[in-house]
Amino acid sequence: MAELTETQKNEYWRYNIRLTVILLVIWALFGYVLGGLLAGELNRVTVLGFPLGYYVAAQGSLAVFVIEIAVYARLMNKKDHEFGLDEGAA
Amino acid sequence: MATQQPFRWSLGKIFGLYTVAFLGVTVLIGLAEQFLGLPNRWIGWLFMALSLGIYIVIGVITRTSDSDQYYVAGRGVPALYNGMATGSDWMSAASFISMAGALSVQGFSGLAYVMGWTGGYVLLAVFLGPYLRQFGAYTIPDFLGGRYGGTAPRLVGVLAAVLCSFTYLIAQVTGVGLIVSRFLGLNFNVGVFVGLVGVLFCSVLGGMRSVTWTQVAQYIILIISYLVPVVVLSWQLFTFPFPQFVYGQLLQRNSAAAIQVTNDPKEAATRALWKQEADAAAAKLKDPALSDAEREKLSAQQKTAAAQAKPPAAPGATVANYLLVPKGIGMWNFLALTFCLMVGTAGLPHILTRYYTTPSVKEARRSVAWGLFFIFLLYFTAPAYAAFARFVVYTRLVGTHIADLPRWVTLWKPAGLFDVVDKLGDGVVQLADFVIKSSDFVVLAMPEIAGLPFVITGLVMAGGLAAALSTADGLLLTIANAISHDLYYKIIDPKAPLIRRLTITKIFLIVTALIAASVATFRLAIIVELVAWAFSLAAASFFPALVMGIWWKRANRPGAVAGMVIGLATTLLYMVGSRFYGMTWWGTATVASGVFGIPLGFVTIYVVSLLTAPPPERVQELVSSVRYPKATVSSAEFAH
Repeated sequence: MAELTETQKNEYWRYNIRLTVILLVIWALFGYVLGGLLAGELNRVTVLGFPLGYYVAAQGSLAVFVIEIAVYARLMNKKDHEFGLDEGAA
Repeated sequence: MATQQPFRWSLGKIFGLYTVAFLGVTVLIGLAEQFLGLPNRWIGWLFMALSLGIYIVIGVITRTSDSDQYYVAGRGVPALYNGMATGSDWMSAASFISMAGALSVQGFSGLAYVMGWTGGYVLLAVFLGPYLRQFGAYTIPDFLGGRYGGTAPRLVGVLAAVLCSFTYLIAQVTGVGLIVSRFLGLNFNVGVFVGLVGVLFCSVLGGMRSVTWTQVAQYIILIISYLVPVVVLSWQLFTFPFPQFVYGQLLQRNSAAAIQVTNDPKEAATRALWKQEADAAAAKLKDPALSDAEREKLSAQQKTAAAQAKPPAAPGATVANYLLVPKGIGMWNFLALTFCLMVGTAGLPHILTRYYTTPSVKEARRSVAWGLFFIFLLYFTAPAYAAFARFVVYTRLVGTHIADLPRWVTLWKPAGLFDVVDKLGDGVVQLADFVIKSSDFVVLAMPEIAGLPFVITGLVMAGGLAAALSTADGLLLTIANAISHDLYYKIIDPKAPLIRRLTITKIFLIVTALIAASVATFRLAIIVELVAWAFSLAAASFFPALVMGIWWKRANRPGAVAGMVIGLATTLLYMVGSRFYGMTWWGTATVASGVFGIPLGFVTIYVVSLLTAPPPERVQELVSSVRYPKATVSSAEFAH
């Protein structure tokens, strides 16, 4: 940690915050807007027999959540590596 | 971690072999059923003995008395396996047995549970998991004690952890009793205590280490047994083995069938008869001279009859009630419940502690992803289960002759989950003749619905048992550790040697298990409700204090204590008020009580922290250092 300068620290942390905010916006969009508030409207569209609103709440949003967390893990772990924060190697 | 590579490889081998062996034994039992006529009861016993045997053996092999091993599995559980352990720790008897059925009965509104119980992991991944790992405490109250200092935060943490976990534990123990009694024909109380043996063996002998590896083994059993019946049914109906992708067509057909049933004159006549029965019971209920027992019986009868009298679609509607999205207050409650379940998921201590067990922050992040993936496998199948079960009821039960019921109906009718009565007396089964007493039949009877041999039902039993036991394991350990580590060691006797601490943990494990078991034998109806409440309680007590503690340096002890107490108190007040005294804030349902306590908890921490002195410099540095994974945390609070 001593190797990181203040600027680097800020850069790393800002990246983390930005990623977190983006992921939370997508989370709220699927969990509350598409899977909740707008589900009634979306239900007018049918895909493969699934009313779209029902589908988002039953399966779509869940898949999005899994992908979000996987993306978060991947990007943050990459960022750690970039900044030499591989704690396991120590 | 180069040194861990061979270890991980052998784990893959061990669990791969275990899965193959388990499937092999299942096939052998199936063959014995087919060719030797192995009786059903024997199959039940074999599965029960086999699975409990596996858990006990794992418990014995992984026994330990090292404190790091006992409390956090030596912080050496790779992400993939921690993910599986999280999956079975998380998925309880309710997820396994009841969720698909609840979706089938509640329709769209029930999806709040599906989204809530998965969406919470996003919060956990970005706000808590990796940072908790970096802090490196032993328990959640331990984190609160270390971060905020002093005894008060730790003490409130212990109280909240026990409060949330205990009701949840009773529900799991009840689940074990139900499964064992239903499949083996044992008395419920005996079933409860048989199940406890399986739980106690692991947790007492090896703490978190044994529980982790047992949970991995339990996940494998539960996911196989959940997927097999519905995959087979999907193959039969669509010659396609992924029910999750084809049930859309069933939703359409079910909706059409529901509308047809609504307009069918014979169905309408049957519903009219139910309506009469409901009205008659309601009229009798007005009699003040009724005894309590009679009153209870009558109101149950009235409820059933009223439910049967309700058509499956609104008159003139183009879609079934099942697919209708709630509006107004209904939508508010749907969103509020989803929110409480999500935040509660990220605040339940038995799940949070799982992220202490990974070797690094990186692995903690990965393991949240694996955890949700493994949960997702079951949850995205549940709505398919619900649709398939409805479809089978519409197509293979409705319209059949009462003397010629499908095999699964005759097999499961004695279990009391549902009943078929010929209300109209025309000898034909109407939808309104099918009385659902417990929607659990959806999962339990699925193997027979798909025409599978009894061995698959035995497999489902083993899966349900695994789900209940694995969650019970995690909860039990959380309670015992909160009491022995945080209350006894950290507050009462900080000089206690390791041996005494572990002995006390073990004693508390046994005592807690026995108390939970004896409470479960009362079969209180309120337990199911209490479990849903646990989410709101965890959400309002832990989540704000944990998130603020990690993300805001300035959060201090008075703020955290006030926030937890006020969050918890507001939630409890609304729960008890709305459930028992007719209190209502904007028509919010009791299960969504946390929707007020959560924001209030955050605001309280913020305001009280700013009004009081900032936390010591040392703590503020600790909070910033947690942002950068490589930094070693060396605060005295965290050096055990």
